[in-house]
Amino acid sequence: MLARVAEILNSIADGGPQASLPVRLCQECVVALSITGVGLTLMTADGLSGGMVAVTDRPAQGMEELQFALGQGPCVDASRSRRPVLQPDLLSTAVARWPEFGAAIPTAGVRAIFAFPLQVGAFRLGVLALYRDTPGRLGDSELTDALAYADAATTLLLDLQDQAGANREHPALTGALDNRAVVHQATGMISVQLGVSPTEALLRLRAHAYATDRPMHDISVAVVGRRMRFDHSEYGSTTIKGGR
Amino acid sequence: MTTREQLVAETFVELADTLVAEFDVIELLHTLASRSVELLDASAAGIMMSDQRGGLTVMASSAEEARLLELYELQNNEGPCLDCVRSGEPVVPADLAAMRTAWPEFTRRLQEFGFSTAQAIPLRLRSETIGALNLFRTSSTPMTQADLALGQALADVATIGLIQERAIAASQLLAEQLQAALNSRILLEQAKGVLAERTGLPMDQAFQLMRSHARNQGRRLGDIATEIIDGSLVLAGAKTG
Repeated sequence: MLARVAEILNSIADGGPQASLPVRLCQECVVALSITGVGLTLMTADGLSGGMVAVTDRPAQGMEELQFALGQGPCVDASRSRRPVLQPDLLSTAVARWPEFGAAIPTAGVRAIFAFPLQVGAFRLGVLALYRDTPGRLGDSELTDALAYADAATTLLLDLQDQAGANREHPALTGALDNRAVVHQATGMISVQLGVSPTEALLRLRAHAYATDRPMHDISVAVVGRRMRFDHSEYGSTTIKGGR
Repeated sequence: MTTREQLVAETFVELADTLVAEFDVIELLHTLASRSVELLDASAAGIMMSDQRGGLTVMASSAEEARLLELYELQNNEGPCLDCVRSGEPVVPADLAAMRTAWPEFTRRLQEFGFSTAQAIPLRLRSETIGALNLFRTSSTPMTQADLALGQALADVATIGLIQERAIAASQLLAEQLQAALNSRILLEQAKGVLAERTGLPMDQAFQLMRSHARNQGRRLGDIATEIIDGSLVLAGAKTG
């Protein structure tokens, strides 16, 4: 196992700029295993996605965004439970476990998800999620290899942090964090508009995105641009014409 | 199995057993020191280890005399343990004359404590030397090759455990830092939103206001952000440009 982790890290370290190491790890993982996409996400201790560090294709990206938007799904559960969440047949099992997430599966282009938590002792760093466009289990040896990729991803994140130094973020992780910035800013604004905590404000933002079938990112941009406010009316928000 | 063989076997198991939850570095080093005395025809043993800043610290000893002698080595900057850590090789002086030449002050003190010889075995894994095991003996005959080899084997097993423990501690620290960086980034963005909404300032100016407040007060940006979010800090919305 350790030898395999070292092998993975060595092979992605061959040439190329450091910032793309997480991307290369995900790309190699797609080649090595019987899967079609990979996503590497940072997670906070309470299972809030801190952003995608790397993603290999559109369906994988869609799945990562959907889970962040809904606050539910295999990646969220893997991080919270600190255990791999293996879903070889999403179409038949996802709806029961994650109603909203499951409802999106038929059109998502993904039929199986294998989510592995990245953790060091008590600390949860993120999730490595493997996606496939057809249903089916990972074989025993593939599962072992997937765990080796998860360990390699953990080592890589720690190495990036080591290079960045305390209280800083590595440039390779900045993109992931920047991506989510507007959502967190909007969360802050909504918390003032509604007089609630940021946690509840995020739930309201999520609910609104779900109810109106709009991406959370778009709503956040509208809130930050002051074209939209959240309120306690029946509809839950007001659109402002000519906002900044 | 003879009693000695049994003790050797038990000691290896003891020293290798570092993955248990209650693993304690000092306890491991004390085990190494006291078993070395029992197994290696030594009268006392002490262990010195390098700390994070590259200095050496006396970490464990089987007897007070051993601890004092090691402290003496550090104070006077001479002795077998220091040579051993510097070179990464075992230090086994041939006789008293050789010891007097190499470490005159240390040898005088050694004899005052009633010992005749001192040898040191490195705690080393590949190129990294993290400390040394000092063996003090009342017998003036040189230590046997068999005892030296066993001593090195005990030191090697203990070193693997120690390096593993250091690696785990280091990766936990990094994990904590990464998690903290993620959390503080989220907190900062939320605080920008809260401040922008309260003051009507654009997002970038809200951030400027937070930052200049933190700088003026000599406080951390993360603390300011927390207080803005929970409402305990209200910043004026005057345009700061």
